[in-house]
Amino acid sequence: MWTWLHRLASPPGFYRFAQALAPWLYGVAVPLLALGAYGGLFVAPPDYQQGDAFRIIYVHVPAAALSLGIYTLMAAAGAIALIWRLKLAECAVVAAAPLGASFTALALATGMLWGKPTWGAYWVWDARLTSELVLLFLYLGVIGLNQAYAEARAGARACSWLALVGVVNVPIVHYSVVWWNSLHQGSTILSLDALRHPHISSDMLWPLLLTLAGFFLFFAAVWLRRVQNELLAREGNARWVTELHEHSAGTH
Amino acid sequence: MPDSPVSALRVHALAVARGDRRVLSDLSFTLAPGEILHIRGGNGAGKTSLLEVLCGLRAPAAGRIEGQPTAAQRHWLGHKNALNPVLTVRENLVFWCALNGNDAAEVDAALARVGLKAQRHRPCGALSVGQRRRAALARLCAVSRPWWFLDEPLAGLDRAAVHVLADLLHAHARAGGAAVLTSHQALPDALACGVRELELGR
Amino acid sequence: MHALLGPAWALFRRELLLAARRPAEWAQPLVFYGIVALLFPLGIEAQNPALKVFAPAIVWVGALLAALLAVERMFRGDLEDGTLEQLLLAQAPAPLLVAAKFGAHWLLTALPLVLAAPLLGLMLGLDPLPVRVLTLGLLLGTPTLMFTGGFAAALTVGAQRAGILLPILVLPLMTPAVIFGGGAVHAASSGLPYAAPLYFLAALLALALTGLPLAAAGALRNAVE
Repeated sequence: MWTWLHRLASPPGFYRFAQALAPWLYGVAVPLLALGAYGGLFVAPPDYQQGDAFRIIYVHVPAAALSLGIYTLMAAAGAIALIWRLKLAECAVVAAAPLGASFTALALATGMLWGKPTWGAYWVWDARLTSELVLLFLYLGVIGLNQAYAEARAGARACSWLALVGVVNVPIVHYSVVWWNSLHQGSTILSLDALRHPHISSDMLWPLLLTLAGFFLFFAAVWLRRVQNELLAREGNARWVTELHEHSAGTH
Repeated sequence: MPDSPVSALRVHALAVARGDRRVLSDLSFTLAPGEILHIRGGNGAGKTSLLEVLCGLRAPAAGRIEGQPTAAQRHWLGHKNALNPVLTVRENLVFWCALNGNDAAEVDAALARVGLKAQRHRPCGALSVGQRRRAALARLCAVSRPWWFLDEPLAGLDRAAVHVLADLLHAHARAGGAAVLTSHQALPDALACGVRELELGR
Repeated sequence: MHALLGPAWALFRRELLLAARRPAEWAQPLVFYGIVALLFPLGIEAQNPALKVFAPAIVWVGALLAALLAVERMFRGDLEDGTLEQLLLAQAPAPLLVAAKFGAHWLLTALPLVLAAPLLGLMLGLDPLPVRVLTLGLLLGTPTLMFTGGFAAALTVGAQRAGILLPILVLPLMTPAVIFGGGAVHAASSGLPYAAPLYFLAALLALALTGLPLAAAGALRNAVE
């Protein structure tokens, strides 16, 4: 077990692992997303209050869940990078930040589109939208910090520290914004209680669960690919990269 | 000179990296008290990185170091002098002593020894490059420590100052201390006698 | 105990000495603060009652921006002249030294802003009780700001292309302090209990004082390597 983990944590070991796993993740994510989209758009009945406008949750909720999840993941990778000085974890931090920012931006955009029919305005200073906006700025800070460094390793380690401080701050920001303004409707899905006694009908729920799973797997696949790229960029002169290059050149 | 008995510094299969780039690998040597080691190499050979690893400022990429001195046992003189330009020479040295928990009684004597007695109340920003290097060297005699790590100590020093440094180093070694210094060229004769050389980048 | 605090005290005194030699460094943020507070009424209109509503935000955001002006240079000089290496190689724990540096900077650049806040609050039309709450909030909030700013300065000091990165890193982290600081003043203005948001500010302060020096010391080590 430990030797396996050790081999996986080495750049070439992880590269091969990701190379093998990523296509499978794409292969599962795409049908899940297609099925979820079909269910959300055609099978689920219109909401009795919001009509068809609610259907945006099939994008909004997974994007919002990922925006928080990726930040946590980035901080965990950052802790590993700082404690064990693991190059792979450094690459994982740097590779996750732009993805997190994209999903946060998607959650914000869909939240605003959803706001127009339900609240009558694209932007309302609602607690969850506001804390998503702060989260977007936190992601942009990590991306900017990484780009400010000429040296990849120093940049990644600085980003790890920032992610660790940020992850302590994210719940504080969230609850302070909630305290500041609690207008938004309660969370519809992401509590166990809601799963056991769903407020939404099962026809509405299953497409949401499918798109949630699809979004997470899609993120995992893209993340693996980005970590691979990051490893190639940083290990460009290492022997395993040249061997890889010769190998792929040989097959063409 | 050393207050506590000091063991030799043993380096086993050491590798040194700058960022993602390995600059040195598979380096092994031993440095005993009373010895002076001169690390010689061209630009980018990894002299400073190696010195930083030996001193403990940077983690090694691989290998291990035994008998690494503690903070209280080592002097570090970087290629920067660690002198604030706004403070006077004396204020800089007194602050450095206090920062390290030492009393500053020897500061004036140390400044006299490196030939900066007359300049001690001038701000460091007003000194010449060589004078600032001398002021940095004064730290070595202001507080007695068994291990010296000197990065390019000769940079900017005139002939007289090179002699001052040679005297300091040889007195230090005679008293049982050890020193590691880097430079991109051969040491001047005043310094070279009794110094071991480690040439990098061949 | 003395062996631990002696070095930190030495660094603290050095920062004060440096500030005494270069008064402009701590005087400029205060001037900036006054000008920002002056421009807001000019942008609205002096008799507009909205000014009173905006006053806490103006004073808080003005203080944030003014304090950040000086933070950028906190470690820059020490990195350039090599003092930073000596700080990290000293026997004293680096987080303690970092905390001493943050504390000295708070005293020099943030405390004057806190002391100027009652004046600005009164000029912007706040009543005496909200002014007291505003000042107390700033007293609790500015150390958090200074420690967060110092952490960001430690993160960016080793970067080659930092630009205006520092405020972008610090300001999102400061949202809770602005929310609670402004919230306390609004509560006091409308006769509601205002203790809770002040306690939150104190809790943030405790978190910043204990956690950020550790993170900043780690970031500085990364910058020197």
